[in-house]
Amino acid sequence: MNATHMEQSFGQRIKNNNIVQAWLVLTLALFFGASLAGIQLTLAPTIEANKINETRQKVPELVFGKAGALEILKQNQQLEITPQTMEIEKHGTKVFYSVFETRVAGKLAGWVVKTAGQGYADKIELLIGLDSAAETITGLFVLDQKETPGLGNKIVTEKWRNQFIAKKTGSPLTVTKEGAKAPNEIDGVTGATISSRAVSSIINTTMNDLKGMLAAKAR
Amino acid sequence: MADQPTSTERFIQGILPENPVYRQLLGLCPTLAVTNGMKSAITMAAAVGFVLLCANVITSLIRNLLKPHLRIVIFTLTIATFVTIADRFLAAYMYQMSKTLGPYIPLIIVNCIIICRCEVCASKQTVVTAASDAIGQSIGFALALSSIAAIREILGTGMFFGLRVLPVAWPDWVIMVLPPGAFLTFGILLGMVNWIDSRRAAKAGKN
Repeated sequence: MNATHMEQSFGQRIKNNNIVQAWLVLTLALFFGASLAGIQLTLAPTIEANKINETRQKVPELVFGKAGALEILKQNQQLEITPQTMEIEKHGTKVFYSVFETRVAGKLAGWVVKTAGQGYADKIELLIGLDSAAETITGLFVLDQKETPGLGNKIVTEKWRNQFIAKKTGSPLTVTKEGAKAPNEIDGVTGATISSRAVSSIINTTMNDLKGMLAAKAR
Repeated sequence: MADQPTSTERFIQGILPENPVYRQLLGLCPTLAVTNGMKSAITMAAAVGFVLLCANVITSLIRNLLKPHLRIVIFTLTIATFVTIADRFLAAYMYQMSKTLGPYIPLIIVNCIIICRCEVCASKQTVVTAASDAIGQSIGFALALSSIAAIREILGTGMFFGLRVLPVAWPDWVIMVLPPGAFLTFGILLGMVNWIDSRRAAKAGKN
């Protein structure tokens, strides 16, 4: 009598145990976890490649311009793109930049600098194309931005970005609302002065940090 | 069980009579957030449809094993798994679109349409019914998103699916692609749906 009672309560205890009750949750979690790990393993290389490709694909156009990039492709010239990291000591902290060194047939042709800074809504990530002496901007591309749709996000349009081509890096760029006249002036996007200023100030800061180093490497 | 709607009924209900957005007012976060263009609206609707279908089928398969106090955990677990799959898939094969949609794909996890369908239909009915319910609700969601996105994209940018449909002279109503445009469009459309409904009800009452 006593033994059966004990047995029942033992069986009951097992049944009421939290872990046992949650067996389905635990099994599903293990199963789902394993399948997600599998998916991550399968897709991660593709995702990573997408990110690197996006940057790499832009490099020739940023250094040589659209027509120039096509010309190089046509002539089948040897284009070497070497990613490297540059380190700058600023206000006691170290700042790192990803720089893509571009060589055509072994000769230094230009640089692409990956840089970022605060925009109106979130971080803006830029790629800046420069000539070999880092004197002139040869191209600009917006890698990532979350600016206001319809206003600030017009910074990604080719028309707006093309203004930066051929600007000198010697004097800081300024944004104007009344039509750019001076050589270092940029027309702001209508209704998005903050986003426009953010882009030009990111470029100014980056050039301040890197110009010397890049020019020294070119020599 | 006998009073539960059949597969066909579930399917039809999802599209208009019980439209997730216009009738149940569920899933409004993506409805307002990603409807400034048709492409992103359709991608979002497809992602939600995929997650909803998978979650409904899995839930229906294990419906007899569910314990009342643990069911929500299981729903969430299932939904989160398929959302992660959708998110990774977009990042791998539709990289640009995944950048445009940004955080809204992971946010499908908390989209209440899906957990609502798991609770109302999939945890009580057969796999076939659950699947047709998911498809019906997904079509309803896609219709709702694209109706809002079409109006916003055309009025806001003069384009449809990124192609110009209004003359270049059209002064883009920038507000339509901004968040207020989402609320305005949705409010007006919702008002219209209710107005048509009440007119129908009034007519039915007279006859």
